[in-house]
Amino acid sequence: MELVEAILLTVITASTPLLLAASGELVVERAGVLNLGIEGMMIIGAACGFAAAFTTGSVFIGALCGIAAGAALAGVFAALTLGLAANQVASGLALTILGVGLSGLIGTSYIGQKIVGAAHLHIPYLSDLPFVGKMVFGQDAFVYVSVALIAAIWYFLYRTRPGLVLRSVGDNHASAHALGYPVLKIRTLAVLFGGACAGLGGAYLPLAYTPFWVSGMTAGRGWIALALVVFASWMPWRLLIGAYLFGGITILQLHAQATGLGIPSQLMSSLPYLATVIVLVVISWMRGKAGSPAPASLGLAFVPDR
Amino acid sequence: MRLALERRAERSIAIALLSPVIAIALTLVTGAILFALLGKPPLEALRIYFFDPLTDPWALQEIAVKATPLVLIAIGLSMCYLANAWNIGAEGQFLIGAITGGWLAVVTHGTGAGYWVLPAMMLLGALGGALYALIPAFFKVRFGASEILSSLMLVYVAELLLDYLVRGPWRDPKGFNFPTTAEFDDVATMPVLIEGSRLHLGAIIALLVVAAAAIVLGRTLKGFEIRLVGAAPRAARFAGFDDKALTLFTFAVSGALAGLAGIIEVSATVHHLQPGISPGYGFTAIIVAFLGRLNPVGILIAAMFLALTFIGGESAQISLKVPLDLTKVFQGMLLFYVLACDTLILYRIRVMQTQKAVHGAR
Repeated sequence: MELVEAILLTVITASTPLLLAASGELVVERAGVLNLGIEGMMIIGAACGFAAAFTTGSVFIGALCGIAAGAALAGVFAALTLGLAANQVASGLALTILGVGLSGLIGTSYIGQKIVGAAHLHIPYLSDLPFVGKMVFGQDAFVYVSVALIAAIWYFLYRTRPGLVLRSVGDNHASAHALGYPVLKIRTLAVLFGGACAGLGGAYLPLAYTPFWVSGMTAGRGWIALALVVFASWMPWRLLIGAYLFGGITILQLHAQATGLGIPSQLMSSLPYLATVIVLVVISWMRGKAGSPAPASLGLAFVPDR
Repeated sequence: MRLALERRAERSIAIALLSPVIAIALTLVTGAILFALLGKPPLEALRIYFFDPLTDPWALQEIAVKATPLVLIAIGLSMCYLANAWNIGAEGQFLIGAITGGWLAVVTHGTGAGYWVLPAMMLLGALGGALYALIPAFFKVRFGASEILSSLMLVYVAELLLDYLVRGPWRDPKGFNFPTTAEFDDVATMPVLIEGSRLHLGAIIALLVVAAAAIVLGRTLKGFEIRLVGAAPRAARFAGFDDKALTLFTFAVSGALAGLAGIIEVSATVHHLQPGISPGYGFTAIIVAFLGRLNPVGILIAAMFLALTFIGGESAQISLKVPLDLTKVFQGMLLFYVLACDTLILYRIRVMQTQKAVHGAR
């Protein structure tokens, strides 16, 4: 029982950065923009977040700086793909290459430094409950924020008018423009939000997951977050489930290695990618039958006529 | 007042030729600022990074060695992109080519096999890369699944497969538990062009591929089909061209070239399989393809410039004590500037007066 509890606790912490970054990308893609630069925005959030937390001694300021750094990098992407209608795929890849490089430059002076990581919630009695206590009432603030974020995004997308407008921009930018909605402005805000979430997800790593900076510490989580959005077929609640599933696989892979189940750990690691390709094929195949959940204008540039 | 994009009546040919030059110039200017921020003398740093390697024979050979895989991959990618098929997974196809070709080197190791091994490895590498690229292409034409996402996802599957092989079944039993296969035999090793240097036959193969691509794209019906399907898909359909078959074709060609690049790289410079045989060639080649304007000769020049960023980054690390990550910063910036300049080929930027009165009347 205690082992199961310990494993579930690590699953939650492993899933949180994926969930944070992917929820931002979900909103971005729902607005019709494909930003492949999540990995770059995450790692720049991690580097700036750690630098700020180390300098100020405050995890909160670190998180804010991670958010700002992710959003700033996303701003470059927005200027290029929305302002100049540049190719989104290539711009996203450029963003990742640039972000990884910049994070290395920023991080060099912080290698080997340690900070005090994010505090865990402790409510007397509740946090001491067997099994559920630590899991529900003993997490760090990022975990609660990530779950609240999903609820907020669901509410925004499906229960508010701006959310409806954002979805319409993603599904048919020409019609949304004809109705008088500022397509590029809405997309810019979505991209900045996505960058902020990716920055926060990245900052989670050095601020709470392992309280020090390692070069390249996002280790491909940005790509998994990208996969996650497709895996969840652009639905917020499915994203929550998917994030814990993918996070669970990474933890399971560590334990499978230790217990010697005979399953190669690389096969486990590749499951998120393989599952995503399969989901992508299935939802594309269903397109003719039940209507595809993918935003119809995803990845297409839009230049308003006057 | 705001800025807006206005479509040009015709593509601006002047800017099409100038845009890579402007992009490189902007990268250098930004690089100088970056060096100044890092506390290095900007002009001297730029000279060490971008100019000194060009005066050193050893560094020039290294540029050719690094440019070889970039040229091969980018030529294939340019055919995909011209046909509006978005293969982003060249890195994975590169690794699969190294694996399928390297398999032959592993199983013939120490058997005294003849000189047929190397050509057979090349064939297997190209075949492996092509088949791996056909997976996302097939999903695209059969189910309409985004080839961008599926080809990208398969990169990480290929990385993990290579990792599994060199740690598991293919690990060198005499390799002190390092994750690597045994060193390839001589018959499985690409010959060098100049004795004692690393410049190998692969560079000649890359040049031949450039020439072949220039002929195919410029002089054949297939080349016309590729460009027409990409530029005017409806017109191409009326002309009787099958865009689905073309997606499969361009993916297969680019996968084959990426796979060939993979097995050439392994047999010529690494001489065994191990994780991390590619410093991201498959992704850097995307920058090369764009910087080279999807033109074979342009790609050749662009590949040498990108190779220079790798070599310059290494020498700047040694003599300026700047982190190697600077290479990535330069490459990312360069792609940004290229993409930004490319917009000016199709559009001009207009300063517009905000029309408040019109909004009010609505």
